[in-house]
Amino acid sequence: MMKVKLKLFATYREKVGQSELELSVPEGSTAGGVLARLVADYPALAGLAGATMFAVDQEFAAADAVLYDGQELALLPPVSGG
Amino acid sequence: MFEITDKPIAAADLEDLVITNADGAVVTFAGVVRGHSKGKKVLYLEYEAYKEMAEKKMAEIGEEIKARWPIDRIAIRHRVGYLEIGETAVAIAVSAPHRQEAFEACQYAIDRLKRFVPVWKKEVWEDGEVWVGREGG
Repeated sequence: MMKVKLKLFATYREKVGQSELELSVPEGSTAGGVLARLVADYPALAGLAGATMFAVDQEFAAADAVLYDGQELALLPPVSGG
Repeated sequence: MFEITDKPIAAADLEDLVITNADGAVVTFAGVVRGHSKGKKVLYLEYEAYKEMAEKKMAEIGEEIKARWPIDRIAIRHRVGYLEIGETAVAIAVSAPHRQEAFEACQYAIDRLKRFVPVWKKEVWEDGEVWVGREGG
């Protein structure tokens, strides 16, 4: 197992009730795999998952990006700044 | 010059950060909170950012502009937290030797920011609230 820091924003943060989670996930886990696990724990997130983008260590990443121990994964709903 | 802040911001404050003796034009943009959205009266907006990544992405927009136009200085500041109607949410300033590239680069900066910089806003009305997605603009 390895540790990943999960950053949550906007709707994700509100529905989970936290802005950051420390997760233990199996070696070789992907960004999308972590999201799937979160949705399993919080079914209210299911409708959001399709439009979500990922960032690993503050850089955009694909759903199939493999994570490494100590990395920071962020779930990014569609942005709406400005 | 690329900053997420929880303090009030003003486009005019950025002009001094970008102007040099080589410049003949400074273009600023301010994105302000609208009082209505899709026919509903907005009470206030709540902005949230992934600060570290947002500042990095704004700096990348600056690099893109430097690569495309003869421009050296760009400043972008985005506010987070609770914003009232009429307050400035985002401010951009671009200086250039001539006006055309300054206008183009400033528009480019806000267009890129709205697509790629991780900032989110929640509209709060009298009878509800919603995090605005890409569709909602």
